[in-house]
Amino acid sequence: MSPVLRLEGLHKSFDNLEVLKGIDLEVARGEVVVLLGASGSGKSTMLRCINFMEMPTAGRIHFDGDLVGRERNGRVQYKEEELTRLRARVGMVFQQFNLFPHMTALQNVMEGPRTVLRCDARECQRRGETYLNKVGLGWKANDYPARLSGGQQQRVAIARALAMEPEIMLFDEATSALDPELVGEVLETMKGLAEEGKTMLIVTHELGFAYTVADRVLFLSEGRILEQGTPSEVLTYPKQQGTKNFLRGHGTFRLPEPQID
Amino acid sequence: MDYRWDFSAVLVNRALLLEGLQNTLILGTTCLALGLFFGLFVGAARYSANRWLHDPASVFVEVFRNTPVLVQIMWFFFAFPIIAPFQINAFTAATLGLTLNTVAFSSEIYRAGLQSIARGQWEAGKALGMTYWQQMRRVILPQAIRRMLPAFMNRAVELFKMTSLASVIAYGELMHKAKVISTIAFNPIEMYTAVALIFFAILFPATVLVRRFETSRNVRS
Repeated sequence: MSPVLRLEGLHKSFDNLEVLKGIDLEVARGEVVVLLGASGSGKSTMLRCINFMEMPTAGRIHFDGDLVGRERNGRVQYKEEELTRLRARVGMVFQQFNLFPHMTALQNVMEGPRTVLRCDARECQRRGETYLNKVGLGWKANDYPARLSGGQQQRVAIARALAMEPEIMLFDEATSALDPELVGEVLETMKGLAEEGKTMLIVTHELGFAYTVADRVLFLSEGRILEQGTPSEVLTYPKQQGTKNFLRGHGTFRLPEPQID
Repeated sequence: MDYRWDFSAVLVNRALLLEGLQNTLILGTTCLALGLFFGLFVGAARYSANRWLHDPASVFVEVFRNTPVLVQIMWFFFAFPIIAPFQINAFTAATLGLTLNTVAFSSEIYRAGLQSIARGQWEAGKALGMTYWQQMRRVILPQAIRRMLPAFMNRAVELFKMTSLASVIAYGELMHKAKVISTIAFNPIEMYTAVALIFFAILFPATVLVRRFETSRNVRS
């Protein structure tokens, strides 16, 4: 079976700044891949290139075995309609949630099926309720985002992406904007999806979460994949100096195991 | 003061004034609807990064913002038939002038309103697979219009007052009717007082409504 996603020599520059310097990656169906790296290493940009929120400068993106765009004289050209259709098959969760503030939680979740997929009213309702329940917020269906906590907002945002029944979910630092005590509920929700076999590509700073949930961890440095492997290979027995420095930085201050019963 | 106010001619000619008021409302409403509709596209063009959209829209806006509406109306009535191969009547000339003026001003309100919506909102719609106009219609406008509403209502009040300028090209709105009646009845003071009162009676409640809307919004946010 072809991989859901295959990146080939992906490059991205902003003006003169080269952020991605050739990324090759395959993501298999049901695989959970976590992207780690210092800020500025290009992980968010890479994620945003996959659903063309940013246009890649060079390289190819294959989705479900098919090249996105048309190749002509070695350059890939994209049509907006094709990209729009592709985005509907890729779910994205943002750092800042970006819920629609003028819609209730349920309306937020129903919006994609309604406007993009043009589902009938019953199907929209079904998907809205199903996915809101899946993130444990069915009881908040009629609340507006302003009435929800940050963690709840992010879970609604996850439900909104899921309601499109995408083939892959992209998480762009989904917990970085949350108060520490709210991070857990969002990570739990994501873990649940991983266990169900959802294909996920996750940018995060939560190393413990990466260790527990990832099938594979990539470490990005200066626009390239410096190291990759199982969580234990990359996070416990890193080989590259860059990875070691990164992990050392993250482990500077550490609690002894808190005694909680 | 020994001037003796006599409003009898106003009452006698009330049917004519009513007809004028009707024409005023027709002109105002038409220009408001057209102006707000086309203003969205000009505003979106001004908001766009594409200079082929942005630059012409900017020229249009600046021309209509920086010339008097009276001149615009006169120009469409007298000059337009010379460069275009057809005549236009007073209503069309007035509608063109006032509409294009409203387009220019409302496009600025749209642009400011659109700019006030965070980029993440566009991105969230885009990531769901929405087209540009779906993002605009479902996500951006419903939020932006709420913020723009007070400015639009102010603009509408301005526009209804500006319709009186159409009297100079003899469009039969309230002001023009008053002028006609006053030359026959020799009572310009009473006629224009009546016109002012009619405008006030319609627009004052509207401005109160705007103010109430603004304060209720401030309380909520």
